[in-house]
Amino acid sequence: MSGLAKSPARRDPPFLVAGLIAVAVAYLALVVFLPLVIVFVEALRKGVGDYLAGIGDAEALSAIKLTLLVAAIAVPLNTIFGLAAAWCVTKFDFKGKNLLVTLIDLPFSISPVISGLIYVLLYGANGWFGPWLQEHNIQIIFSVTGIVLATTLVTLPFVARELIPLMQAQGSDEEAAATTLGANGLRTFFLITLPNVKWALMYGVLLSTARAMGEFGAVSVVSGKIRGLTATMPLQVEILYNEYNFVAAFAVASLLALFALVTLAVKTLLEARFSDELAAQRWR
Amino acid sequence: MTDQLTRRGIIAGLGLGAAGLATGAFGQAAKAGPAVTLLNVSYDPTRELYVQYNPLFAANWAGSHGGQRVTVQQSHGGSGSQARAVIDGLPADVVTLALAYDVDSIAARGLINRDWQKRLPNNSAPYTSTMIFLVRKGNPWKLKTWSDLVKPGIKVVTPNPKTSGGARWNYVAAWAFALRQPGGNATTAEAFVKALYKNVPVLDTGARASTTTFAQRRIGDVLITWENEAHLAIKEFGAANFDIVYPPFSVLAEPSVAVVDKVVDRKKTRAAAEAYLQYLYSEAGQGVAARNFYRPRNPTVAARYRAQFPALEMISIDHPALGGWARVQATHFASGGVYDRITAK
Repeated sequence: MSGLAKSPARRDPPFLVAGLIAVAVAYLALVVFLPLVIVFVEALRKGVGDYLAGIGDAEALSAIKLTLLVAAIAVPLNTIFGLAAAWCVTKFDFKGKNLLVTLIDLPFSISPVISGLIYVLLYGANGWFGPWLQEHNIQIIFSVTGIVLATTLVTLPFVARELIPLMQAQGSDEEAAATTLGANGLRTFFLITLPNVKWALMYGVLLSTARAMGEFGAVSVVSGKIRGLTATMPLQVEILYNEYNFVAAFAVASLLALFALVTLAVKTLLEARFSDELAAQRWR
Repeated sequence: MTDQLTRRGIIAGLGLGAAGLATGAFGQAAKAGPAVTLLNVSYDPTRELYVQYNPLFAANWAGSHGGQRVTVQQSHGGSGSQARAVIDGLPADVVTLALAYDVDSIAARGLINRDWQKRLPNNSAPYTSTMIFLVRKGNPWKLKTWSDLVKPGIKVVTPNPKTSGGARWNYVAAWAFALRQPGGNATTAEAFVKALYKNVPVLDTGARASTTTFAQRRIGDVLITWENEAHLAIKEFGAANFDIVYPPFSVLAEPSVAVVDKVVDRKKTRAAAEAYLQYLYSEAGQGVAARNFYRPRNPTVAARYRAQFPALEMISIDHPALGGWARVQATHFASGGVYDRITAK
């Protein structure tokens, strides 16, 4: 801490310090805080009654259920996949490792709309598997299945991306030690690897949950926008907004924002509670 | 606000009435078939129309089918993109789109029989509409007809003809207007629409998005839109902010409806789907259309709502000068067509 006192920043003139802080605060307020506030202000513009009516509407409720369902399927899938991928990439050497890492990153770099379109081209009526699926009466695109697929693809990198750098830094010494002491692979994984990465894992899960609930682009392509059936919360917000039902649109949007805020709060709370352990792990 | 409340009240009342009728009839006749679900894939401005029409149809169907319950699901978007979704496998029992061409493009993929337009009266268009102007209160730029829209500095809001059916009607109306001017021909008309689209600051994907751009985000001096959409905007945003301007000449817009044969045969829903579209022609269906500012076909209903629909000269898409949708689409909206040419930088 004593090093900070002598740092050049501390010798800057006060007006410069104040000015820079003001710029930073104003920027955050304009870009992050105000939009968030506006969502709640607009949602409550006509009172709590209209707000609750907006959320309690049958179509809104089905959108909320669908969104939670999609997240409940996509996030566990990606957690398992992310763990497995990170484990493979960081603890072993094999041919095609770089290719695998690139593939994991792919959903980050392609537009979500393209992600959705890919599924239409594969499973749509005129897609590669379309005729076969139709013969067997299986509906993938424009159904919940398609929405889950698109969401899973878009949120695929989050867990793996959180884990890989940490596991790389940790190396595989502890696992090697466990193996030489006679632990089998599964035991090593549950007693050494998993406890070592649990914070990063949790962070990845929270991030992918938030993204899974908020995804618009990919889902809008594969949803078909059937009201009360394949409209997730972000799509329902668009539908309501387009129906001039601004209060209800913002009410659903505020609920979505609330989900995200709760996610962040949980993360902060856990971090505060286990900060010592976390710090110990970072410096390991 | 009050308007919205009463409207919601009416809708809720209709819904309750329909549900009551359905369950009531259900109690009497145990022989009612299993519940049927239909999916109506429609274009943007019909949301309010079908919210009111669906419970009416459900009640009527239940009444004549021993209480059988019909639920109609709705999907809305730009007409072209909705047609695309049906082609890609969105299982629509019926499509109620902005123009015949979009239904034709589904028919071209074999999902709808090619003779669809002859299966229902009036070219399978149970209601018509026309494209008119919505301007800021008091019409500050004195915009009266299409030639006023190409004046420098006027900001015109209209959606993208590539994705929106309404936008294509807008374009066709402007084109036909230019053709009719003294000395008008394809060259002068192309110059005219080029000047018009030069004045467009935002091209949204659908009619509803354009209305929001104009009314909510307050962009532009004039919105070219469906007659029904203009009236709805006045209803939602208040007459204090906007005026409707009827140009003396516009296009006769015929939004088309069709049963999607491949889907109803697979889902075994043909009877209900056909009845759903036929009921649009009934007096009750025509009344709902008229109350939502679609011009009814039924003469009795049309007479009742005459005051609501000012007379203006409307050109049909099948007029020899235009030559029908197939020709208009190929000439203007296909890749490399006139529209691409006039919007090229």
